[in-house]
Amino acid sequence: MSKDANTDPAVVLEIENLKINYETRKGDVEAIEGVSFTVHEGETVGLVGESGCGKSTIAFGVVNFLGPNGKIVDGHIRFQGNELVGRSQEELKKLRGDRIAMVFQDPMQALNPSVRLGDQLTEVLTCHSDISEATAREKSIQMLKRVNMPDVKSVMNRFPHQISGGQQQRIVIAMAMLNNPALLIMDEPTTALDVTVEAAVLDLIEELKHDFNAANIFITHNLGVVARVSDYLCVMYAGQMVESGPLADVFRNPRHPYTIGLLASIPRLGESKLDSLLHPIRGRVPPPAERAKTECIFAPRCDYVTDECRKARPGFTPISNGHSARCIYALEIENRKRTRKRKKAEDLISNDAGKKEDLLEFKHLKVYYEQESNSVFSLFGIGEKKQVKAVDDVSVRLAKGRTLGVVGESGCGKSSLVKGLIGLEPITDGKVEFMGIDTTKMVTARDTRLIKEMQMVFQNPDSTLNPSYTVGKQIARPIKRFKTAPRNEIKKEVVRLLKAVRLSSIYYDRLPRQLSGGEKQRVGIARALASRPDLIICDEPVSALDVSVQAAVINLLLEIQQMFGSSMIFIAHDLSVVRYFSDDIAVMYLGQIVEIGPADAIYAPPYHPYTEALLSAVPIPDPDVEQKELRLSGNVPSALNPPSGCRFHTRCPRRDMLPDKGAICEKEIPPWRQSDKGHRILCHIPLEELAKIEPVVRAPAA
Amino acid sequence: MSESKPNKAPAKTQTKPGILGRIKAGGAFVFSSKIAVAGLVIVTFWMTVAIFAPLFTPYGPLEQDWKAPNEGPSKAHVLGTDELGRDLWSRLIYGARVVLVLMPVSDNYWIPGGTAIWGVLVALIIGSTLGLIGGYYGGWIDEIIMRLLDAMMAVPIILLYLIIMAALGASAVNVVIAITIVGTPGIARLVRSLTLDIRTREYIRAAETRGESPWHIMFIEILPNARGPIIIDAMLRVGYAIFAMGTLGFLGLGIPPPSPDWGSMVAKGREFILTGSPWACLWPSLAIASLVVGLNLLADGLREESMRYQ
Repeated sequence: MSKDANTDPAVVLEIENLKINYETRKGDVEAIEGVSFTVHEGETVGLVGESGCGKSTIAFGVVNFLGPNGKIVDGHIRFQGNELVGRSQEELKKLRGDRIAMVFQDPMQALNPSVRLGDQLTEVLTCHSDISEATAREKSIQMLKRVNMPDVKSVMNRFPHQISGGQQQRIVIAMAMLNNPALLIMDEPTTALDVTVEAAVLDLIEELKHDFNAANIFITHNLGVVARVSDYLCVMYAGQMVESGPLADVFRNPRHPYTIGLLASIPRLGESKLDSLLHPIRGRVPPPAERAKTECIFAPRCDYVTDECRKARPGFTPISNGHSARCIYALEIENRKRTRKRKKAEDLISNDAGKKEDLLEFKHLKVYYEQESNSVFSLFGIGEKKQVKAVDDVSVRLAKGRTLGVVGESGCGKSSLVKGLIGLEPITDGKVEFMGIDTTKMVTARDTRLIKEMQMVFQNPDSTLNPSYTVGKQIARPIKRFKTAPRNEIKKEVVRLLKAVRLSSIYYDRLPRQLSGGEKQRVGIARALASRPDLIICDEPVSALDVSVQAAVINLLLEIQQMFGSSMIFIAHDLSVVRYFSDDIAVMYLGQIVEIGPADAIYAPPYHPYTEALLSAVPIPDPDVEQKELRLSGNVPSALNPPSGCRFHTRCPRRDMLPDKGAICEKEIPPWRQSDKGHRILCHIPLEELAKIEPVVRAPAA
Repeated sequence: MSESKPNKAPAKTQTKPGILGRIKAGGAFVFSSKIAVAGLVIVTFWMTVAIFAPLFTPYGPLEQDWKAPNEGPSKAHVLGTDELGRDLWSRLIYGARVVLVLMPVSDNYWIPGGTAIWGVLVALIIGSTLGLIGGYYGGWIDEIIMRLLDAMMAVPIILLYLIIMAALGASAVNVVIAITIVGTPGIARLVRSLTLDIRTREYIRAAETRGESPWHIMFIEILPNARGPIIIDAMLRVGYAIFAMGTLGFLGLGIPPPSPDWGSMVAKGREFILTGSPWACLWPSLAIASLVVGLNLLADGLREESMRYQ
């Protein structure tokens, strides 16, 4: 497809000094201040930054989709040489035609739920050009095959809700590619997907880039994802571009303190709390109205700030070919001393591996949900009852003071396991013992002294706190209920807890809506600590937070564990975070634990084939790391009717290692294979064979 | 506050807003919508004249002037008189009193809070409780509650009013009971739908994890977060209740005469329209219409304003 390898690829989109404002009741707010970049044919430009940095606004500006209160106040957007700024809607339509396509985060919102997928696809073609219905259909089918959609013919006749999320996103991408666009804008296209599905979609995006030679803009907050797909990187902060350059240059040699901070705040895959500390960026992204106009926009959060930085907005300092950063010290940043101390570097977490007594033990735990079938009989309650086996025969132990990480894709039963433990969901069978006490009963039937020992930290900062009550009241409630402090000392206790989560006592009277996401999560942690529990269950506590805040919350949880000596169960889908945080890890698939053991053992061979696939799917924020490409085919089967034998056999990439292409996997439930140090794998393949597999991630030869 | 050092917090110090601050914030909220302001003006007008009725008229509502029946507006009687020579303005504002400010429980025992307000309030308490229980528990409890309420909703409202009033007899307390019975299903449905949404939030799970009682979760964790839509709905319902009181009064089933009831004033005055004195019929009709419109405008304005923040 390359016509001439010597000439530079054509410029498709050129953005120059773009400024976008939003009108609000309090006057105009500057969302984008002077952003410039170009996108060439066959190139992917990644826009990264935390939420509120204006990444999506740029994309919406390009497609003129800013809404009634957004407007471009200055700058140029040139698409294939044509100026787009200042044209009317009609002219824009003609200029752009079908040449710009966009893919959004949530595929379910991009697809019309009441129209068959085939009709939606063909409409894209027939709407822009007058080709016949039949040809359009033929083309759509070909495109679906191109995006590796299985069973294309039947997919054409289905409705969006009948296919999985990953498939929906494939359809949306297929739709975007149908008209062979010159520019494809993707706004967090994989954020809503599971890690293995995400990996497959990213592979697809990469393939399509080579095949169609379109110019791509890829917007994401995830540094790992951007490292996988981009050629050129723009780091956005508070409406400005703070650093841009070829991908490898920016990752190997970050020159803006913000980029450096972002990279230091995420754990690399395989890193653990024992060997490194995360360094969060202080503070948070300022809302547009509070941004300083006359000093460096990052100055309030910067570790290297000097008086010089506060005198004027810095311009771009060129570093090398194409790589520049908006910092006056960009050339010497690595040699500069930090002007502010990083938060006191606590001693690395000690690992007292001494034998400790068990705090919690699951024995053959089963949590089933009953579901009525869709027959007429079930209306009268006599229909066949089906069972969703959310958790099926799980046995785990957790020692005092240790952290158990639970990983797995959505629908694997992580949450049901926790609900069963805490007593919010009835346990169908099996036993849970907590400090030697039987805890199989529902929470309503439990003794208060038992309830107080298990508390939870939740995922979504926006719904973890009751919006009607002040922070102080919400933390005080468990103290009152469990009488952990005398009545007249409740306020003192609340303030002490606020201090423990690094919030000052001013927060006592604040309402949740006055807090940022990270602060809300801290209050949620304080509330969980209020009853002085022995076990804290963290259900994806950082996955909804911005990268720089994530690190702070993880550090806080670690500190708290040191301080209070509590045990934790840490549920997350981010394997790097789980590895960093946990002592032991359990990998779940379809209601069962397939591999369990000490964290370092899980991340090195022998792997369970599912763990191996998960690890090879994790996006790693380092373009130099070599990662095995092992992709899972198909979808997670329904828990209503799990596959016989080994539950993973329908998707297992390693069945070939067994004789008969793994015929045994379909028939027999695999045995537990015990490796050393309490590391167990549920697989038919013998350990010796599994151990021969190469590690998934290999660091670059130094 | 002085000893707390803002080490990490952003510079702006927000303290808990006092009562004055809250009123101010609420006022700013209402005044940002023109529709709400228009509604507020009308409602405030009626509330004021109802509360301070004796200051606004020299006549009592039952005072008869045999020499001046069925008169039009004049200097002595601002809005004219009815067939018994009673001052219409006086009857109108004392009528507003019964609706909005004072409720006659018996002949000489009055309680604060108008008949319409009490009706909606009782409906609100019963409806919210049923809605919370149905929404929070779900399953067959929900099924039973909602099917019963559906059955009540299936009966035409006016018929329901007539049946209740015919069975209980005409009195202010019975009007409250009728309004309650008619209003409860709608409120329960609204609260149930809000509960279904709110109970999926994580703070409810946090409360359940603490082992809180269902009552605590329903009334302390869920209800306060449903208050916005409930308040707006209640305002609309006060309007409907006033409307219903007018209807019942007109049919002779409302608050019994000689009490100044707007509905019965219209019914009586109607007979004299063709004899050349439409005033006795016109003013109470306008009063009902303006108050209902006012409440509707206020509720609509508030709803619009609260939606805009989402």
